[in-house]
Amino acid sequence: MTSLQPVHESSSFETFDELYEISEQEGLDVKTLTPSKLAWRRYWRHKGAAISTVIFIALLIMVIFAPVFARYGVNEAVFPISEGPNQFLSPRSIAWFGTDDIGRDIYSRLLYGIRTSIFIGVSAGLIAVTIGSIVGSIAGLRGGKLDDILMRVTDIFLAFPFLVLIIVVREFIGGLTFLEPVMGDKSSIRFIIFLFAIFGWMAVARLVRGQVLSLKEREFIEAARAVGASNSRIIASHLLPNSIGPILVALSLTIIAAIVGESTLAFFGFGPQPGTNSTSLGNLVLLSRSGATQGNWWLVVFPCGALVLLAICINFIGDGLRDAFDPKMDSGR
Amino acid sequence: MARFIIRRLLWLIPTVIFVTFIVYCAVRIGWDPVASYLRANPRASDAKVQQYIEVNGLYEGFGGYVRGYFEWLWAFVQGPDHWPRSIKGSGEVYPTLRYSFFNTMRLAGTAAIIGIGVGLFFGVVAGKRPGGAVDGIVNTTAFFVGSVPPFVSAIILQLVFAVQLGWFSASGVYPAGHQGFDPWLMAKHMVLPVFVVAIQTIAGYTRYMRASLLDVSSADYLRTARAKGISERQVMRGHTFRNALIPIATVVAIDIGALIGGLIITENIFNYPGMGVFFIDAANDGDFPRLMPFLVIITVSVLIFNLLADLSYAYLDPRIRLD
Repeated sequence: MTSLQPVHESSSFETFDELYEISEQEGLDVKTLTPSKLAWRRYWRHKGAAISTVIFIALLIMVIFAPVFARYGVNEAVFPISEGPNQFLSPRSIAWFGTDDIGRDIYSRLLYGIRTSIFIGVSAGLIAVTIGSIVGSIAGLRGGKLDDILMRVTDIFLAFPFLVLIIVVREFIGGLTFLEPVMGDKSSIRFIIFLFAIFGWMAVARLVRGQVLSLKEREFIEAARAVGASNSRIIASHLLPNSIGPILVALSLTIIAAIVGESTLAFFGFGPQPGTNSTSLGNLVLLSRSGATQGNWWLVVFPCGALVLLAICINFIGDGLRDAFDPKMDSGR
Repeated sequence: MARFIIRRLLWLIPTVIFVTFIVYCAVRIGWDPVASYLRANPRASDAKVQQYIEVNGLYEGFGGYVRGYFEWLWAFVQGPDHWPRSIKGSGEVYPTLRYSFFNTMRLAGTAAIIGIGVGLFFGVVAGKRPGGAVDGIVNTTAFFVGSVPPFVSAIILQLVFAVQLGWFSASGVYPAGHQGFDPWLMAKHMVLPVFVVAIQTIAGYTRYMRASLLDVSSADYLRTARAKGISERQVMRGHTFRNALIPIATVVAIDIGALIGGLIITENIFNYPGMGVFFIDAANDGDFPRLMPFLVIITVSVLIFNLLADLSYAYLDPRIRLD
């Protein structure tokens, strides 16, 4: 729990400065902890989050410097087909995680795939959180008709089965030819990012709206209003900074939703097309489908394992952030 | 209460029309039916294409979409005999849809009962003594399981139990070539798909139930109940558990979308001829006459369950006033 400043019962003090003075005289170590320092401390005390952060950072370093850590190029076979059959090799020293249907090293492809997937997740997450925070705070602050309509629409939208909705919306947006200069081709990475941003912002907006509703009756908002602050100023300098905890949690959720969503779409053949710099986890997970029925276990275990590892890490990080910013909630783990 | 329900039910009609109109436009734009028709019948003459457009009301422009929608709606509500035939194979849509629907309902019902029941049980076990060893194990397991995307658990189960061990069948409702009705074989084919959807549901409900129990555990009425001198068991059964179920009832109704979403993924992996396979096939063929009835079923069930969520909340919590 929160660590409070030591208070000696016999001492009397008027201000905190006096308290520190008294404490120091009595040989007590006095440290002031700002709320953000307390949050930082709570975050690292969450075991799952701490371990996940370390794993995630290690993974990030590996994939950012993928050309250094990868043993082969993203589209390079472990050895040319002329030297013998190179497809579907089980894990061995020349290919740690085995090879795929055209003899490429799964380990190297995984590094590049995770890189693309994290890029998709983070970009979609940032766009979604930006739009969602703005829309959510405006709706929460102004209320009225706009708020009603927004919440009704998001309610219905979020109640639809995700895969059905995303496939329909994908085809719909892909069919609007005038959007193509912005969205790019239906099977491009850019399109996938925008698609998940379009989905993600609604959940964020709902969350931020709830936060704003509870904040807007508080005294400091009233005070800001009393000195004549405009709505946009109240949102930018009071409401959003005070909602940073839920927003960060929402960001982690949107990132993982986009990464898993991309893989799921790709698994059903609606994902981005493989190509230069666009091999994503989805392209690799796609292999596991035939891998499972043919008994090539390494095609299932490694791509799916990477996806699950990523999902668990980011979920734990989100959970740690929730605990860090909201000390009232029990950690449970 | 009755007036409230009737008013909400009446509101449902315009909402359904509005949402299905949007779905209609999305499908028309997303999977251009005329292009799909040409793909299925590459040698169709211009006159044939023109006739297809006329018969199915595939007019262009916003006015054309509105007109086309109402023509489609009129045919749709007149019954399956009037529904347009599928583009690919030009077959009747209703028999396949009906067959898929009941296959899916069988899976969904079983998975929901197992998932919610077991989930609530684990939630109570964990939430009884928050912070205890049992709580830690249950909660952490639920966290890990909930992080695994359903298609990953499906594919891993398929690899282990169907391909490597051969205990269960990897696909279909019956083995290839089987004729007639056989509940035992049917159940054997349902084990893996149901399990995949059920573990997701269990993980979700364990966490909901635990959180809900913790929420009510500090309520005043529990202190009152204990002050009356009734046993801890009775407090749990009569007060804590009942009140913790109120938010869960709403979650059940809203979660229907997630359940169907999970089924679509699972059915496709296990080649189970349900709504999920129906939808993915129709989407791949760009088959407008097959997509629309499916999406209408989804839309109507989402809206009805949303309404049920509102009603259940109002019904279970007497503090909520209906107007």
